[in-house]
Amino acid sequence: MNDTFTIGGREFYSRLLVGTGKFRSSEEMVAAIEASGTELVTVSLRRVDLDSPSDHILKFIDPEKYLVLPNTSGARNAEEAIRLARLTKAAGISTWVKLEVTPDPRYLLPDPVETLKAAKILVGEGFTVLPYINADPVLAKRLEDVGCATVMPLGAPIGSNLGIKTRENILIIVEQANIPVVVDAGIGAPSHASEAMEMGVDACLVNTAIAVANNSAMMARAFKKGVEAGREAYLAGIPKPLTTARSSSPTTGLPW
Amino acid sequence: MRIENEGKGEFSSMAMQLWADGALDEALNIMENADEANVISTLDQMPLTSDEFITLLSPIADNFRQQIEETAKELTRLRFGKTVNLYIPLYLSNHCINNCSYCWFGTDQNFERKVLSIQEAREEAKLLYRVGYRNILLVAGEDPKATSVEYLAEMILLMKEIGFVFVAIETQIFSTDEYSKLGAAGLDSVTVYQETYDPILYSKAHPSGPKRDYMWRINAPDRIAQAGIRGVSVGVLLGLGDFRREAITLATHIKHLNKAHWQTSVSASFPRIHSAPNGFSSEHAVSDTELVRLILAMRLTFPDSTLAISTRETPKLRDQLFGMGINQASAGSRTSPGGYSGGGAGEQFPVADDRTPMEVASAIQDKGLEWVFKDWDINFKPIK
Repeated sequence: MNDTFTIGGREFYSRLLVGTGKFRSSEEMVAAIEASGTELVTVSLRRVDLDSPSDHILKFIDPEKYLVLPNTSGARNAEEAIRLARLTKAAGISTWVKLEVTPDPRYLLPDPVETLKAAKILVGEGFTVLPYINADPVLAKRLEDVGCATVMPLGAPIGSNLGIKTRENILIIVEQANIPVVVDAGIGAPSHASEAMEMGVDACLVNTAIAVANNSAMMARAFKKGVEAGREAYLAGIPKPLTTARSSSPTTGLPW
Repeated sequence: MRIENEGKGEFSSMAMQLWADGALDEALNIMENADEANVISTLDQMPLTSDEFITLLSPIADNFRQQIEETAKELTRLRFGKTVNLYIPLYLSNHCINNCSYCWFGTDQNFERKVLSIQEAREEAKLLYRVGYRNILLVAGEDPKATSVEYLAEMILLMKEIGFVFVAIETQIFSTDEYSKLGAAGLDSVTVYQETYDPILYSKAHPSGPKRDYMWRINAPDRIAQAGIRGVSVGVLLGLGDFRREAITLATHIKHLNKAHWQTSVSASFPRIHSAPNGFSSEHAVSDTELVRLILAMRLTFPDSTLAISTRETPKLRDQLFGMGINQASAGSRTSPGGYSGGGAGEQFPVADDRTPMEVASAIQDKGLEWVFKDWDINFKPIK
């Protein structure tokens, strides 16, 4: 069975998307990306220095193997995010953009108003837009309506490793979405990724948990397995839990 | 007594309550009475409360130094990854009309004064750009004739034109309107140290010049945020006042700024007096152990704030702190105008870490961390 999913007309086999920030070295980052089995990596444009070949993160990512998804991290309003996306397009890096608009510099929570505004404009300019959002089902539908390729609700604040704290809202988003749902941010352990996949999301994006692990490549492999396990369990159909304990083989002879 | 953080107004009113009503003495009691059980319980949940922060300033916290260090490392990693951001100061001028007791730039000091011309600044900055720096801090003494708002705006524009993506200043302080003008030129962040929050000591340390005005200075970070500048860096000059009282006020100041200005990124630095002009004597010298204790407590209290260390500190101490609370550092600094391209004029303070940028970078790598020059974008503008 080919269990693939499609974003912006491109088919993906791996349901694990990986971020490239926070690693100890480029070598460690490359090893982790390989171990994860991912086909899509995000790159923060604020870290890309086109004027400095030695500090150029893109140099280490093989475009034949991975789709590079630039993100607008650091942008605090629609205007800045749009400007970054346009420059990326002009520099020939990508016409895809992971839209991040975070006016609050501490929790880095996404701004729904500015994100929707930027998404509308960028879709209109031909970008494939993947917006990072709070787990807000109505916003998710609004973004779908303006033509976004996915929605990327957060499980918990970015870099918090808290897991899926927005469970109920993500379930509504999954139920209502006609575009892929990718859980982004907050996933701190493979079990969190499994949980998200079991809930029926299409993919998970993981960065901090892999990058800051003592052994990033090993953690990336663990996440690959976590995502695959959760996905298979979802497809297999997870029996509903019962609210009371029940013996599986009655021994009393009574009919209950 | 309880001081409310209402998230409005300017910090001076909170500072006055802290320093006038014996609130700090109450806080110091917590510290002095802290026992090992108190210290252990602070490590249960992050970030720290004010009581827990104060507890970790206590010498008894040193008994748990390893655990506290591990927690600080973990928090730094979670937020900033395995990276240390490098920045470079560029001294534009050592002209100054203040006479701060601890500073070599004071009016009483007799040495070669210099203010860089646009051409000289361009030469210096280009050298630094070629090394790889993308984050630059423009430093100047206070002299409106030598370094006016217009001069600084021109310098900020110049830095952006050369290719620096992040431009900060550490100069005399300004009004909200003046900060807005500098923001329009591309200013990303302002460093403004209160030096000491102790109003009486402040007057003694600043006998003449515009810097005498404690209130105007303590509210400068609020004005910077109000002007829409995206970053403000605060700190005290360690060694000037009682570091425990100063640290508590500094942490309260950051809490105030975070609440009053939700879009402003507040960071902290830890400048420490190592040498000062004749006549200055420090009654409150801060030891390495105390400095590290403070930085660790700050990281546990402010997991999301950039904490920076300059080349005032020795290589040994800096290497220990990289990634352990500290996520930003200068490297290869010269503290005199013209110091990169030539001998330079009089310097503000001697650097203790005189390693080259690449030597510092390799020390950072040895700690299992990556040094980062660019972590910002030229397209990021002031909030307003």
